[in-house]
Amino acid sequence: MRPRFLLSGLGLLAGMAVTATPALAQSEIVVGLMCDRTGPTQTVGVFMCPGYHDYINLVNSKGGVEGHKIRAIEIDNEYKVPQAVESYQLFKKEGAVLVGLYGTPQTQALTQKLTEDKIPGTAPGFGTASAADGIRYPYVFPIAATYWSQGAAAVQHAKSQLGGLEGKKIAYIYYDNPAGREPLPILEDLEKIEGFELRTFAVPPPGVEMGPQVLDITRRFRADFVISHLFGRAPSVSIKEFKRSGYPLDKIVSFVWGHSEADIQAAGGWEATEGYSGIQFAGVGTDYAVLDDIRAMYKAEGKDAPKEMDSTVYYNRGVLIAAVHVEAIGNAVKAKGGGDISGEDVKAGLESIKDFSLTGLVPPLEVTPADHEGGGWVQVFRVKGGKFEAVGDWFRAYPEVLAKHLKAERS
Amino acid sequence: MIHRECGIYKTSYQADMALYPLPIAKWTVAAFAVLLIVVAPIVLDEYYLSILNLIVIASVGAIGLNILVGYTGQISIGHAAFMSVGAYTAANLAVRFDMPFWISLPAGGLMAAAIGAIVGIPSLRIKGLYLAIATLAAQLIIEWTINHVPWISGGVQASIEVPRPSLFGISLDTQRELYFFLMFFAVLAVVGALNLVRSRVGRAFVAIRDQDIAAEIMGINIFRYKLLAFAISSFYAGVTGVLYTYYLGIANYEQFQLVVSIDYLAMIIIGGLGSILGSIFGAIFITLLPIAIRWFMEGFGYLLFTQAELMNIVPHMRLVLFGALIIVFLVLEPEGLNRLWQNVRNYFRVWPFAY
Repeated sequence: MRPRFLLSGLGLLAGMAVTATPALAQSEIVVGLMCDRTGPTQTVGVFMCPGYHDYINLVNSKGGVEGHKIRAIEIDNEYKVPQAVESYQLFKKEGAVLVGLYGTPQTQALTQKLTEDKIPGTAPGFGTASAADGIRYPYVFPIAATYWSQGAAAVQHAKSQLGGLEGKKIAYIYYDNPAGREPLPILEDLEKIEGFELRTFAVPPPGVEMGPQVLDITRRFRADFVISHLFGRAPSVSIKEFKRSGYPLDKIVSFVWGHSEADIQAAGGWEATEGYSGIQFAGVGTDYAVLDDIRAMYKAEGKDAPKEMDSTVYYNRGVLIAAVHVEAIGNAVKAKGGGDISGEDVKAGLESIKDFSLTGLVPPLEVTPADHEGGGWVQVFRVKGGKFEAVGDWFRAYPEVLAKHLKAERS
Repeated sequence: MIHRECGIYKTSYQADMALYPLPIAKWTVAAFAVLLIVVAPIVLDEYYLSILNLIVIASVGAIGLNILVGYTGQISIGHAAFMSVGAYTAANLAVRFDMPFWISLPAGGLMAAAIGAIVGIPSLRIKGLYLAIATLAAQLIIEWTINHVPWISGGVQASIEVPRPSLFGISLDTQRELYFFLMFFAVLAVVGALNLVRSRVGRAFVAIRDQDIAAEIMGINIFRYKLLAFAISSFYAGVTGVLYTYYLGIANYEQFQLVVSIDYLAMIIIGGLGSILGSIFGAIFITLLPIAIRWFMEGFGYLLFTQAELMNIVPHMRLVLFGALIIVFLVLEPEGLNRLWQNVRNYFRVWPFAY
């Protein structure tokens, strides 16, 4: 396989004709995975992508999906759009039936292409909230809670923590970019429904300076609860600032990109951040049987489990993406009765995902042709005693509010 | 035997300024045109065409930046912002007013040119690094504006989905159709730039680059030509942004951030400042190098590393090699790939004689 890359490279350099390569052995199913191990979001990519490959390898070591091995091609796109376009075309050339997208601009840049080529792409945590609408975007699958669902879930969490929201003050501190502003319509709607007072605090990029905002929240506004939606270095800075101003960390709930082991370490370690909570769309921690299977797989090969496994937030997300891919391909193979599946078959496979939990690591997703988000399930985790501890079970919040917004967006 | 000239025989300004100094140049260009317009779309499959498409788009942007930086000597690190101006103008026109691409594309370019001319005003007073910072400010201001004005950016995620360009009712959506679409504008851009730089305006630009006070004393209106350089350069940038928008089907501000401006500066510095061909070389180099390194690493890396290690090493090595190769090429020939190519050409022109 590898030398063919090189040969085709030489072919291009020589300006020679390279005809389309014939389909590979039918027992193999090709999946493309985009990753960012070197660009601005590398702190995610270096853990998430190994998680993905480990699960695929685990499935392959057990004989593959319905007897078909999966070959996952990974290409690093450095969070750049041209590279993502190029890698997508390579996946397509290699015959990929499913693409794991990485990055919001990349997801958006490829949305139209995926639809034209009829190849489904998964974008958990990336892209717009309206991509949950499977009728409008038939080939894009967020398969995880969008920012809208996360916003609703954060309010729900605040409600259960404060025991009712009537007359309470909620501060929303966010990274001042489109992704940061996306949940605002949902929060504003819920403000009216639940009767709390919402105030928003923007943190300008690069988000390493937010002393004034935090002081504003804690001293002037005196928020009862804080919803934080920050990226990159910003979450750890925010934890430190809130800590410095004496704000109780268990009254903060972060969105999915602000609550990883790396953020906790950068904010001063587990003890300093006790109580800090965050929303997750994949299970966090090591207490999942599937992770034990991966460790056993490494042990059988006579190797130690990779150190990436310690960063459970992003590693488990990689496992979740891989598991969803495997499940969708499995559904497609079963429906088709063979390994000769197309992107359309996998789309149908994704849309029939239901009732699989991967030993609790995956929420009770139920993807339908109309709902590509799978219900918008999340679980809240809290720093407690040196690890993340689940606060309650998987839940989804205010589905009727979200449905209303999705409908408005479509027209 | 190919006959070549063995001295400088030009006796008129016209001959000196000719687009094709020698008949052979005409034939070479014709051969390349046939290769790119007829042969390439027939023999290359979709994947290679998609790479070519990215190169074609990048070439237009690089030529535009080179007109400003290479020919006029005014530095700009706001190039990507002008692209976004073009992209959002065209996207808004295409979506809100249902404009076809042949209206929205020049409109995007003109809007970018207008904004570019405004941003160019500080260049009348400041030069070099100071101007760089002034244009950096433009990059940030434009980015912020697009980000915060929903009327421009079209909603919460600051992205506007654009339908595929269509011509006579045919929607151009395959890589091959898009290749012709992009190539058409790239050829216009190249021909336009080649003719611009050998015109009165182009020579005024060069005079300003070489010594702006002397140029002013010679009677060149610095105010007009500096702003014109900014406007033309931004027009190219705007068109690049529109081409990206139509190629990807979406205008998204994250595609046009500061790092993209730096990428384009890298293109023209590696390709060769003050040269159209160099801009194209630079666009090819910057677009192809990461891909070529990946092919190389994936082709040979398995000899040294296991599969899992390779996944993690390839992207990092790619960055290191990318940086290292840029340094190597710049040390080898500080004036860029274009000069390197000329050296090779000049050597073989008189080969096997020394001169």
